[in-house]
Amino acid sequence: MSGAVTAEGIGQPVRRKEDFRFITGNGHYTDDIARARQTWAYFLRSPHAHARIKSIDTSVAEAAPGVVAIFTGRHVADDGLGGLICGWTVTSKDGTPMKVGPHPILALDTVRYVGDHVAMVVAETLADARAAAELIDVDYEALPAAVALSTCQDEKTAQVHAEAPRNTCFEWELGNKAETEAAFAKADRVVKLDLTNNRLIPNAMEPRAAIGEYDKGSGIYTLHTTSQNPHVARLVLSAFVGVAPEHKLRVVAPDVGGGFGSKIFIYAEETACVWAAAKVGRPIKWTGDRSEAFLSDAHGRDHLSHAELALDKDGKFLGLRVKTVANLGAYLSTFSASVPTYLYGTLLSGQYDLPAIYVEVDGVYTHTAPVDAYRGAGRPEATYLVERIVETAARETGIDPAELRRRNYIRTFPHQTPVIMNYDAGDYEASLEAAMEAIDYKGFAARKSEAASRGKLRGIGMSSYIEACGLAPSAAVGSLGAGVGLWESAEVRVNPTGNIEVLTGSHSHGQGHETTFAQLVASRLGVPLDNVEIVHGDTDRVQFGMGTYGSRSGAVGMSAIVRALDKIEAKAKKIAAHLMEAAVEDIVFENGTFTVQGTDKSLAWAELSLAAYTAHGFPSADIEPGLKEGAFYDPTNFTFPAGCHICEVEIDPDTGITRIVKFVAVDDFGTVINPMIVEGQVHGGIAQGIGQALLEHGVYDPESGQLVTGSYMDYCMPRADDLPNFTLGFTKTVCPSNPLGMKGCGEAGAIASPPAIINAVTDALGIRDIEMPATPARVWEALQSAAPRAAAE
Amino acid sequence: MYQFNYERPKTLADAESLLGKADDPKILAGGQTLIPTLKQRLAMPSDVIDIGGIKELDFIRAEGDAVMIGAATRHATVSASPDVQKHNPALAALAGGIGDPAVRHMGTLGGSIANNDPAADYPAACLGLDAKIHTTKRLIEADEFFTGMFETALQDGEIIKEVTFPHPEKAAYMKFRNPASRYAMVGVFVSKGPWGVRVAVTGAGQNGVFRVAEMEEALAKNWSPDAVANIKLPAKGINSDLHGSAEYRAHLVTVMAKRAVAAAG
Repeated sequence: MSGAVTAEGIGQPVRRKEDFRFITGNGHYTDDIARARQTWAYFLRSPHAHARIKSIDTSVAEAAPGVVAIFTGRHVADDGLGGLICGWTVTSKDGTPMKVGPHPILALDTVRYVGDHVAMVVAETLADARAAAELIDVDYEALPAAVALSTCQDEKTAQVHAEAPRNTCFEWELGNKAETEAAFAKADRVVKLDLTNNRLIPNAMEPRAAIGEYDKGSGIYTLHTTSQNPHVARLVLSAFVGVAPEHKLRVVAPDVGGGFGSKIFIYAEETACVWAAAKVGRPIKWTGDRSEAFLSDAHGRDHLSHAELALDKDGKFLGLRVKTVANLGAYLSTFSASVPTYLYGTLLSGQYDLPAIYVEVDGVYTHTAPVDAYRGAGRPEATYLVERIVETAARETGIDPAELRRRNYIRTFPHQTPVIMNYDAGDYEASLEAAMEAIDYKGFAARKSEAASRGKLRGIGMSSYIEACGLAPSAAVGSLGAGVGLWESAEVRVNPTGNIEVLTGSHSHGQGHETTFAQLVASRLGVPLDNVEIVHGDTDRVQFGMGTYGSRSGAVGMSAIVRALDKIEAKAKKIAAHLMEAAVEDIVFENGTFTVQGTDKSLAWAELSLAAYTAHGFPSADIEPGLKEGAFYDPTNFTFPAGCHICEVEIDPDTGITRIVKFVAVDDFGTVINPMIVEGQVHGGIAQGIGQALLEHGVYDPESGQLVTGSYMDYCMPRADDLPNFTLGFTKTVCPSNPLGMKGCGEAGAIASPPAIINAVTDALGIRDIEMPATPARVWEALQSAAPRAAAE
Repeated sequence: MYQFNYERPKTLADAESLLGKADDPKILAGGQTLIPTLKQRLAMPSDVIDIGGIKELDFIRAEGDAVMIGAATRHATVSASPDVQKHNPALAALAGGIGDPAVRHMGTLGGSIANNDPAADYPAACLGLDAKIHTTKRLIEADEFFTGMFETALQDGEIIKEVTFPHPEKAAYMKFRNPASRYAMVGVFVSKGPWGVRVAVTGAGQNGVFRVAEMEEALAKNWSPDAVANIKLPAKGINSDLHGSAEYRAHLVTVMAKRAVAAAG
């Protein structure tokens, strides 16, 4: 390969092509779009966690200045529109399907969380719409609310949906109960732990936004919106909500400023904007503000769990049993049922050879915002549970935490776990050893005593994580209840001048696809990176796609591109053979040049591209003009990124402040296309993990159901000075399940880091557990209650 | 925001006259509290009188044994002032630690103390330095000025003109920031000067900034961190919320007082 191509090829830290437009303010976000005769929407939201709507009087508001129209749930229902759906059906252990309550776009007679959608005001300006919304007279009958996760299944607690007694949507199980009971019966030791996985609020930098439009001439609706998966949005809006037939609905997700899962889902506001655009005959724009994002974006995590680990006398794990109550919020969001079940229970084997696992998960409704996938989605909850109880077992048995892990690592592949997953490749000890080396694990005791001489408490904690990415084989997820297949599509269009457009069903909202995907194409076809354009996010341009989440765009999205490139190369060779009057088998394609083996005949990429479109003298039976190929790629397995994160903290016992002094992450992501982008993904993921472990907590008042952490005054987002320098390392086992050997890197940081941090904090404090986030106040309180006990020992 | 009349007078006299004429006016100084409040539609004043353009309110003067600071002086100006840094480095450091750079380049001394947010920094400096608050009507001692959470001795139509900070012999401010908002969860200002010893606490009290007599007495006898190390505040009257119990905040008062004395030297 030539130098220029190599510098841009696979494995090179190429600077992100998209960054110039982002950092110079030339991105095109939904809110940047303005349409002629555009109106503005404002949503009147419920101030109550639970109330009956006795009446809504919009007459005064309708007469207010600038008001174009006001819509309530009655208008939506009268128009025959369906509600929002959950695309994954979970079945309870008694064989019954999950109990689904209605999820109207605008509330009909009941509101079920603070922020629930009551009415939509469409006006000439946003200020007019807001002012008019205050004039809507809603007569609420406030009702008691089910807020606390610990009591929401009590008989006497208020009901969120009549369809779901005891607020229980499903009682799911996975694993083998009898084998697990038997494993516990013969155990030498059983370690028990109760854990809380704190509720998080996503806070993507760009709030959700939408512009709905309707073209009366063609009958075509267009929705520009902040989506991670515009085709799925179109499918749901057409097939289930019934806004418009699929071929009469275009959904465009232009530049999107972060999603973290929260923009996978199909929400009420975006739906209402596109639906109502036809009613008012003008474009309708809505841009959520930060307060609305806190209230109404789907939240993440929020589990209560009890876990028990059975060990033999040598510290070998015999079995794991887990009972989890998972908060689903007031309504089932687009994929919410899958998160605490198939994305959680299936990862409870961790990196360990665990012969028996049994997990029960109750998915429950509460009068709070819907809970759905958030960076990691189920896998952070699983990893937190496994790595916390393994650490606790190490402390209780007195076996060094690294040694206990080593004794239980899976070492042969493929490995079938008792909870569905079949791990295809990995070397867990390699990551562990590299991480221990990088953090100088051996030197920790000296550092701890040096810190103690300064009055500080130092602790170290590790996390050997595994996750399942590359979502996912369609047949597998179909059998588990998914309403969709999770393949991906790609189309490679070679233009007559030789440059290339790649249409992908993946969506980039911060991941850098325009660079990594182009690196793949450029190195494969031997063309400069700048000659490759990645096109995504528009249902009119890309035929179909499943979008970006679950770290799937490399392993699945790029694999589809590989398949399309295979077809491109095959056809190009056919054309080359014809032009150079040789046999196809004799054509060699290297560095962007076609040659005939054993001759000096050659054809440059640009020459071939042009010839493909001039098509002069093509034998019409054999070669069609043009050079454009598409592929749908359905993976054969999940991918299994894994690794080891080790965190070292220093705690000031006077204030309870925890400072992360060292953080090492060693990850095995398989093949890496752009190490700089991958490192950025790991940095961001760890930052979110530090947020969960030490800073962030979505809190509702347990009585009123008001969101206490509804702004940055109370919800603590990580800031730069909360984060240490990260030391990153990589080990590599190639993923055998996709053509590039990629595993996915987008979520690993957020999955792996919280247990490493809490293991370090509890190590420093000498306590069994501390609830996340381990805020200074909680750490100080733990020290107050631990101190007398330590003195008594 | 709701609609209001906006006025930007050039002189204090004009501002007073506009205030007198309006139904329900609000004074806008740096706007760091008022603008967000208006944007969230939590206030509906008839008139907003912007005193940010009144030059006679924007000054720093060192005279005799005090520094005089005009009410409309920005935090960034105070923190960068050679006079404040020379005579009252603790005050310069406090001003330089308020909010973030954007806040410090908009927020003003007068706005901060007139608002008397229970987690604001300047009230601790005023109380801790025995400051004199000069208004369009009178002189108010810091001890008399802060009357409760978001409450001051200011009357309707009264505008703060300047604050006089006497030079301390020793002083320091230590702040424990709320992890989310970065406001003072507990801030302790300690000083020693002609007024004796003062210990002023912000962030912790349910009624806003307050002095700790027991610590002041102990430090008057023995100016050292050890003197306050064992003085524990009762939790009664101390804020308790999501970010920390009253007991925790009370404990932090002792820790921050100790550290402030150590920093003051």
